[in-house]
Amino acid sequence: MQAHTLQGGFAHPPSEAAQAFRRIMEAMARPGTIHSVTGAAPPAPLSPASGAALLVLCDPDTPLHLAGAADCPAVRDWVAFHTGAPIAAPGDCLFALGRWDELAPLDAYPTGRADYPDRSATLIVEMDRLEEEGARLRGPGIETRAHLSLPETGAFRANAALYPMGLDFLFTCGDRVAALPRSTEVF
Amino acid sequence: MTDYNFAYLDEQTKRMIRRALLKALAIPGYQVPFASREMPMPYGWGTGGVQVSAAVLTPEDRFKVIDQGADGTTNAVSIRAFFERTAGVATTTATHEASVIQTRHRIPEAPLREGQILVYQVPIPEPLRFLEPRESETRKMHELEEYGLMHVKLYEDIARHGHIATSYAYPVKVEGRYVMDPSPIPKFDNPKLSNSPAIQLFGAGREQRIYALPPYCEVVSLDFEDHPFEPSKADHPCGLCGATDSYLDEVIVDDAGGRMFVCSDTDYCDTRQAAGYRGKDAA
Amino acid sequence: MYVAVKGGERAIENAHGWLAEERRGDPGLAELSVAQIREQLALAVNRVMAEGSLYDPDLAALAIKQARGDLIEAIFLIRAYRTTLPRFGASAPVETGRMACDRRISATFRDVPGGQILGPTFDYTHRLLDFKLAAEGEPPEAPGHPAEPAPAPVPRVAEFLNREGLIEEAPRDDTPPPDLTREPLEMPADRALRLQALARADEGFTLSMAYSTQRGYARNHAFVGELRIGTVPVEMEIPELGFAVEIGEVTLTECETVNQFTGSKTEPAQFTRGYGLVFGQTERKAISMALVDRALRWEELGEDNVGAPAQDAEFVLYHADNIQATGFLEHIKLPHYVDFQSELELVRKLRREAQETREAAE
Repeated sequence: MQAHTLQGGFAHPPSEAAQAFRRIMEAMARPGTIHSVTGAAPPAPLSPASGAALLVLCDPDTPLHLAGAADCPAVRDWVAFHTGAPIAAPGDCLFALGRWDELAPLDAYPTGRADYPDRSATLIVEMDRLEEEGARLRGPGIETRAHLSLPETGAFRANAALYPMGLDFLFTCGDRVAALPRSTEVF
Repeated sequence: MTDYNFAYLDEQTKRMIRRALLKALAIPGYQVPFASREMPMPYGWGTGGVQVSAAVLTPEDRFKVIDQGADGTTNAVSIRAFFERTAGVATTTATHEASVIQTRHRIPEAPLREGQILVYQVPIPEPLRFLEPRESETRKMHELEEYGLMHVKLYEDIARHGHIATSYAYPVKVEGRYVMDPSPIPKFDNPKLSNSPAIQLFGAGREQRIYALPPYCEVVSLDFEDHPFEPSKADHPCGLCGATDSYLDEVIVDDAGGRMFVCSDTDYCDTRQAAGYRGKDAA
Repeated sequence: MYVAVKGGERAIENAHGWLAEERRGDPGLAELSVAQIREQLALAVNRVMAEGSLYDPDLAALAIKQARGDLIEAIFLIRAYRTTLPRFGASAPVETGRMACDRRISATFRDVPGGQILGPTFDYTHRLLDFKLAAEGEPPEAPGHPAEPAPAPVPRVAEFLNREGLIEEAPRDDTPPPDLTREPLEMPADRALRLQALARADEGFTLSMAYSTQRGYARNHAFVGELRIGTVPVEMEIPELGFAVEIGEVTLTECETVNQFTGSKTEPAQFTRGYGLVFGQTERKAISMALVDRALRWEELGEDNVGAPAQDAEFVLYHADNIQATGFLEHIKLPHYVDFQSELELVRKLRREAQETREAAE
């Protein structure tokens, strides 16, 4: 185990996790809004925001799929040490992390059951840029209009059509995070 | 406090609740099962709300607790003291100052704003429970959007009484999909559920359910075209502040059955009185 | 005045102070020690451990003292403490076949290998108040039996029937059971989950449910095949060592019932089993648990659902927990005046309209 594996967690876990969660919750409650989450310093290629999301949400009860470049020894060790989340295949995970093209295909992830739609995966998508512009969003949490620089629109439209089943997404870039729940319609 | 974690719950429990909250926000009105913990206060006394508050509070928050609209009721005092002790958060009785408000049975009169969180304590989260006691059945009804039973019940009320005889915990439909119990708030408060700028979170500890309304979410009280939903309250102004737009408590003031009506939301009433408004019973 | 409005804080403080005084009682009398409760009210301690789901006699005794002898309140204190404890791991399943029995009886056979051991039981006492106990300082008479428990292991009675194929097989199953305290209860519940819920269920509720089966509400003709009480070692795998080490021992009560079963469409006539396992010497609870377990198994055995409460897993499991039940029951003491106000308005309105209709008709 490398020394940097032990580093990069929250310095004050209870309060930093609470602050980061509040930002992530605001992001999920208001699709298209961008929030800053700090405090995590995960190994490359993870962003501080995706690292914080893992620290806030993952533990031994949440199988995690690492896609593409994120599936490297440094990240695996860091995840194991700081969260204890077991690494899983897409079909068995509750969380997945990677870049958009690496996470594909989306139909590999659990979208919940008709009687338990909450039992679905949340995908953490690492982005090169994240702005409140681009695809138009409509749905709960949005007063009049919202826009988000999504990697595409078709996949999210197909996902929203599964409602109330479906996947939920966090988008991370640097120390910023935005979210797109299944309830959001994308135009 | 060194013997318990920040906001009492251990971090793993908070993560479990936080995950449930995110799913609840993603599926408005759907009840997410969660592994509610035994809390140091009894089930039925706000353990669901307390667990949700513990999972969302940060050290920077300003926390308000109301029961029946009032900050001074015994259980509100007890829950506020619990978080002052275990989370060291600042507290307030002013609705506009609070970032997180835990409530039992009321929505504050003052409009909420973006960034605020309203946490409801919920005794029976299942709106269909008194029509169908079996969880396995009600879960199926939600899955299939089979809400006919609820409409039949409401319609039987109309046939019998000429009105829908549900005055609190009045069922609502969220974003045209899930029928939801808004907790035992008076139906007067139902319109405030819809399109609120604040995040609304519902915690039922004993029944192990969390559900949520994101901001700007459409919440419709169930009704019929010929019997539209109408919020109701006592037809009086507040005796202390003169407000005509607030929900009122009836207080018996003497042995002869003399009554006065006062705002149930004590912060709303105090704020109005401080601004110089007076009702007919004001000293 | 009922303090629902202002001054709640002071009222609560005063109530707590008064409660502490009442708990202590007459200060002229010696205070009960936790050790005295643990040793002399051991059956109360056992119940608190069983329903509190925490095996710690000292903490249970402390909870009983703090709760002024209200056992459900004591169970609540233990549960609320238990939930804050970190988890280091899970023990290996305890092997009750290796139990060092203080008591072991079978109602189905006159004698069994390993013997009938009556042990410390109320069973054949005459329920006459013993006024000698009212005088303090009487040392108990020396026991007239060997105080040493029976040598382990003691064979299981049901296995004698099993050899003949007369009782259903109970094959070993190493599937990790769900954990009721970490995952929300979900229906339908498998047997492992049902047993887990029953093990911590309220003794009175479980007793009444079991009793109802005896009186004909899903009667299942239970015989106590075996009841055993004693200590078993608790072992834990230590990954660093690569083997299991004994970390302590617990006292358990285990009851296996042998139930008549006339066969179904798929199964030939044979005996079936009900099972109860509870912390401490708690045999009323263990027997009740076995009867309720058996009643809840109607579906897997292909029996008819006769609509009896004890067959209804949702009914039994959702109402068996006394901490949930007492909390919700007692919460109706909290102020509900907002809801009551809305009901008042509604009743007044309905009455007014009824009167108007009446007057219009006259």
